[in-house]
Amino acid sequence: MTPTRKRRLMLVAGLVAGVGLATTLALRAFQENMLYFYSPTEFVEIDVPAERTLRIGGLVADGSVQRESGSMTVEFLVTDHAYSVPVRYTGVLPDLFREGQGVVARGRLGEGGLFLADNIMAKHDENYMPPEVAQALEAGKMRAIERAAEQAEAARATGNGSAGGYYGGGYQP
Amino acid sequence: MWIWFHKLGSPPHFYRTAGRLVPWFGIPALLLLVAGTVGGLAIAPPDYQQGDGFRIIYVHVPSAYISMFGYVAMAVAAAVGLIWRMKVAFAFAAACAPVGAAFTFLALATGSIWGKPMWGVWWDWDGRMTSVLVLFFLYVGVMALRSAFDDASKGDRAAALLAIVGVVNIPIIKFSVDWWNTLHQPATIAKLSAPSITMDMLVWLLAMVVGYTLFFAAVVTMRLRGEVLLRERGARWIRELNAHA
Amino acid sequence: MREFLLMDGYWAYVWSAWGLTLAVLLALVYSARRHHRQALRQAAEQDEAPRPVRAAVKELS
Repeated sequence: MTPTRKRRLMLVAGLVAGVGLATTLALRAFQENMLYFYSPTEFVEIDVPAERTLRIGGLVADGSVQRESGSMTVEFLVTDHAYSVPVRYTGVLPDLFREGQGVVARGRLGEGGLFLADNIMAKHDENYMPPEVAQALEAGKMRAIERAAEQAEAARATGNGSAGGYYGGGYQP
Repeated sequence: MWIWFHKLGSPPHFYRTAGRLVPWFGIPALLLLVAGTVGGLAIAPPDYQQGDGFRIIYVHVPSAYISMFGYVAMAVAAAVGLIWRMKVAFAFAAACAPVGAAFTFLALATGSIWGKPMWGVWWDWDGRMTSVLVLFFLYVGVMALRSAFDDASKGDRAAALLAIVGVVNIPIIKFSVDWWNTLHQPATIAKLSAPSITMDMLVWLLAMVVGYTLFFAAVVTMRLRGEVLLRERGARWIRELNAHA
Repeated sequence: MREFLLMDGYWAYVWSAWGLTLAVLLALVYSARRHHRQALRQAAEQDEAPRPVRAAVKELS
């Protein structure tokens, strides 16, 4: 490689490194302002100014969805298992909205800690599978839970939970 | 290796080789796209949550992948052009830009069409969507900058610089779903652990991804021939080419 | 067949996404061919030996 080409290579590499470094620093500096949504914990722990539009995201708590009869209004809890935020929304819900599903609500903090959403978006995860596979997984999970319960029961009955158990015991030194 | 490199760098040789390559990319691309379409729309099972709505994945994911792959290809060619002052490399970068921009548009548009029924919105400013929009503007900027110069070789060099600088956006797109809270899901396939999609859905997606890649190669090669001609206007080999055609 | 076209009720989204993709892919092929033709024509215009070139361009385009 001729010296000119080597110099130009260094310049190009330096340019990418420099811009990359500057972008990294800028993104780190603005991390908080760039937050797309707050988790319930962040929402509760950070003093959120009322009247400011923001987003909160988490899971729709199981059994928390209450629909007002005769209207499109719905109330539910958004939770991250540490804290929950009550959300109120009037309008059409996305198809994937259901209990236990990830959700992002955009709106503002109302009176009494109630979050008044003007938009509800449903999140979905990265898993794709046919319904039968999903059912089989669910059934497998239920069986595992039952088996664990049975084992706990058996361990209690023999009065010895650790040594010589059904499961994995043989592998322990 | 170096002889091959220099031979490829010679415009007349390159023009002819590229012309012969187009069907070798184009025909398998067409076959794979047809197979992926039939498989994705009719054979793959519906998703347990999204039903048949998830079938948009078969056009969304390959477009999104090509939008980034095309940008990296363009930036590498731009760097080779700047360092070795190789005309063919600049021509390749120029050929990539409009094709990559079209696929970025498709990724944004099909994502939006998918987002409306599933998320409930056409668009929102999360990290993934915003960084892909920036990618689209980068492509447009590279094309605009090239055409803003009367002197074509100055335009090539200016556009190459912008293309190279813009490469920092690629890891931002890729990792946006891991670094920040986003509405967009995290990666299903391109990650260290096993893909989170069953094989009967995945095969058709892989057929589409390979098909899109070959289609991109075919279209870029066609444009590349034009770009080489534009950069070699008046050269003797073109005269001979035209005389013998 | 009807069930296939309805796509679980997502027909408007699924088919518009695929239709848009097909349209853009076809437009890409068309514009790449046009780009090549125009480049050939421009190269020919700058040529010093116009007659055989024009004939060739006519033949190619």
